[in-house]
Amino acid sequence: MRFATAQPPQWPSPSSVSGMMRIVILALLPAIMVSAWFYGPGVFFNIIIAVIAALGTEAIALRLRQKPVTATLGDGSALVAALLFAFSLPPLCPWWVTASGMVFAIGLVKHAYGGLGYNLFNPAMAGYVLVLVSFPDLMTGWPAPDIGDLDYQRPGIGATLQYCLTGQFPDALTLDAIARATTLDSVRAGLGAMRTMDEIRMNPVFGDFGGAGWEWVNNFVAMGGGALLLLGIIRWHIPAGVLGGLLGMASFVWLLDPEISPSPAFHLFSGGAILGAFFIATDPVSSPTTARGRLIHGAGIGMLTYIIRTWGSYADGIAFAVLLMNMTVPLIERWTRPRIYGRSA
Amino acid sequence: MSDPVVWNAQPRRPAWGVRTPRRKTLATQAPILRAPPPARVTIPLVGGAGTSAQPVVVPGQSLHCGQPVATPTAAGHPCIHASIAGRVKDIGLYPVAGSAQPVPCIVIERSERETFWDGYPVQPEASSLPAAEIRRQIAAAGIVGLGGALFPTAAKLDSAGQAPLLLLNGAECEAYISCDDMLLREHAERVVAGGRILSAAIGAELCVIAIKTDMPEARRALLDAMEAAADPRMVISTVTAKYPAGGERQLIELVFGREVPAGGRPADIGIICQNVGTAAAVADFFLDGRPLISRIVTVTGGGIATPCNIEARIGTSVADLVQLAGGYAGAPERLIMGGPMMGIALADDELPISAATNCVIAATAGELGEAPAELPCIRCGLCVEACPAALMPQELLTAVRDENTARLESLGISECIECGACDYSCPSHIPLTAQFHAGKRLLANAQLSRRQASIARARFEARNRRLADENRAQPENPPDADALQTLLARTRPRTPERPD
Repeated sequence: MRFATAQPPQWPSPSSVSGMMRIVILALLPAIMVSAWFYGPGVFFNIIIAVIAALGTEAIALRLRQKPVTATLGDGSALVAALLFAFSLPPLCPWWVTASGMVFAIGLVKHAYGGLGYNLFNPAMAGYVLVLVSFPDLMTGWPAPDIGDLDYQRPGIGATLQYCLTGQFPDALTLDAIARATTLDSVRAGLGAMRTMDEIRMNPVFGDFGGAGWEWVNNFVAMGGGALLLLGIIRWHIPAGVLGGLLGMASFVWLLDPEISPSPAFHLFSGGAILGAFFIATDPVSSPTTARGRLIHGAGIGMLTYIIRTWGSYADGIAFAVLLMNMTVPLIERWTRPRIYGRSA
Repeated sequence: MSDPVVWNAQPRRPAWGVRTPRRKTLATQAPILRAPPPARVTIPLVGGAGTSAQPVVVPGQSLHCGQPVATPTAAGHPCIHASIAGRVKDIGLYPVAGSAQPVPCIVIERSERETFWDGYPVQPEASSLPAAEIRRQIAAAGIVGLGGALFPTAAKLDSAGQAPLLLLNGAECEAYISCDDMLLREHAERVVAGGRILSAAIGAELCVIAIKTDMPEARRALLDAMEAAADPRMVISTVTAKYPAGGERQLIELVFGREVPAGGRPADIGIICQNVGTAAAVADFFLDGRPLISRIVTVTGGGIATPCNIEARIGTSVADLVQLAGGYAGAPERLIMGGPMMGIALADDELPISAATNCVIAATAGELGEAPAELPCIRCGLCVEACPAALMPQELLTAVRDENTARLESLGISECIECGACDYSCPSHIPLTAQFHAGKRLLANAQLSRRQASIARARFEARNRRLADENRAQPENPPDADALQTLLARTRPRTPERPD
């Protein structure tokens, strides 16, 4: 009898890139739902626009690079980048902001460097930083969270959609009337105005630890991150590094002068720290592959985030911190190469 | 320390390795089947590490089972015995698994009656023989490493230094394979006896028998046999069921917490590692006078009617083995000699088994899963975690594809044991091990041409030096004037005459 042959191993890997990406998407879904609960349907509009722009850009880039289009779209990496990017955007955001960020992220940051596996920078964060510095006014569209005891005007589905498509609200509504400063923005402005943390925290946008609403979204992001850890999609080193770096810096400064420093818990539960730790900094392509390298990479992101939040000119620093640490990855990998079996260090 | 014979009760848990489905129970339901001699055997005359044997029989000659048919071509090469009684049909080149070229083999056809050669004495007190004498007899018995290396056991024992440790490897870690497990379950006393003889052969102070956590029956049988032997120098160690914990270097790391130096052998750190099957073969020789003529082979997989372990004569064809296991079931798609990770896919089942064949798998379509199309590396680092040699496979991959041999060397490709753990962990389905196999050849070729170039350079420089020395030597002894004139006169006719 004759049989087919192949080189060993005869047993192909049971895991797949698309399977990993699918789990990442599923792990993020609960947090997206909670975010939409607090911040309205704009969350979904952002996602729809980002996904269309990402997949469209990826398809065009693949066609231009003469690569198989449908097979590569199916790997799910563009979809994950689109979800993470859209999730970072303010819920009230005109479509061209979303689309331009995604076209830049997928077309330039990812495909101009060789596509899946070759990008130096995290595409979602590069896209986010592009729109943050290009459209600073349009990146403030955070409505007050739907908590109940807050005095705010909330746009309905129609008004949100109209803003998303035209950049204009119907009737007399304006972005200024709807949008509220995020908690990180409030702290930054309050401390700038020489107020103490206790005074700043009187603002109803604050919840128990971080921002009202925010802290719930972050709880669900953390649960999704925990699921990724349990399922072995990510390892603990990068999240531990990010959270350790951020909390370490925050605790040190807070213990020195708690009156004018936000608490470590506030840093953890406001802004994108948890999303960054579990979903963004863990992007395999743009992070180190060694265990020690991952700890260093994560700690760098955590500390840079604190530095940018506290002494920089942006309220949240996750995206900048991630991009800065992306640049160090080849160096970190060089330093943290494991000692080969049987060889001296 | 409840049990004196259990050593290293909590061996280290490796960060490396992969967990595959086990699928070992397929073949462990029935006892080992002692196969009758097949109608014909094809016995390869080559062993591991370039060793070979020279035939001492001629075609047409009648043979007893166990009679020597080939002697070592040099010291440290193997001795080969007839695995069945019969007549030499042919001595020639035949295809074998794992070799692109046919290799020298002796083909024997079975005779009516099975007769046994009685040239080897039974020596129940073997472990009290002098060490050198035991090693000489092990060489004569034709015993080679049954773990897969096929390297003559005596040569390995000869390399032992002072007061070494003996490690008996029963930690077969590949899926499907259960020959060592079944050997320990049924003949643990043979393994213990063989271990004592091997210890005596090298003067070992300690003999550690390593098995895995998922072999409770073997462990029980082994503990009973060790109690019966009551030898305080024999201990048992249980290691994790992760793949490739049974690799020689990996097992040494797990059991002793030490590493074999790169480019070196376990003997360099005072450890001699032998397969438990090899130990049993040593016991068979000294206690029964039977040289190495058979081994236990797991015949298994979804494409086999009744998977089982078979004690088969060396040189039996895979087709004969499959017949003994009830024949093929359904439509097997792939035939593997060895395990699913490191085994070789056979193109046909007429090939013979060697002393290294521990398993034959007939896998049905989809039994091992389909490999989807290869994607680019996403740097997930799963291969880095899986690699038991602590290499970075994703970096080695780019070095192979760039044919950057200097980088291959510095990244440690020579330490790759080609276990396939990186392939099994890769979500992008990149054929990493196949690439590293090619990379090793690339490096070997580059090193060869570098060696040749340095020899050529040395030769060229030596010639230049010699010419320079000769030139320098000449002015010191200027020829006298007359001789110079004679020389000039001799050169003159050679100058072409100018036609005026």
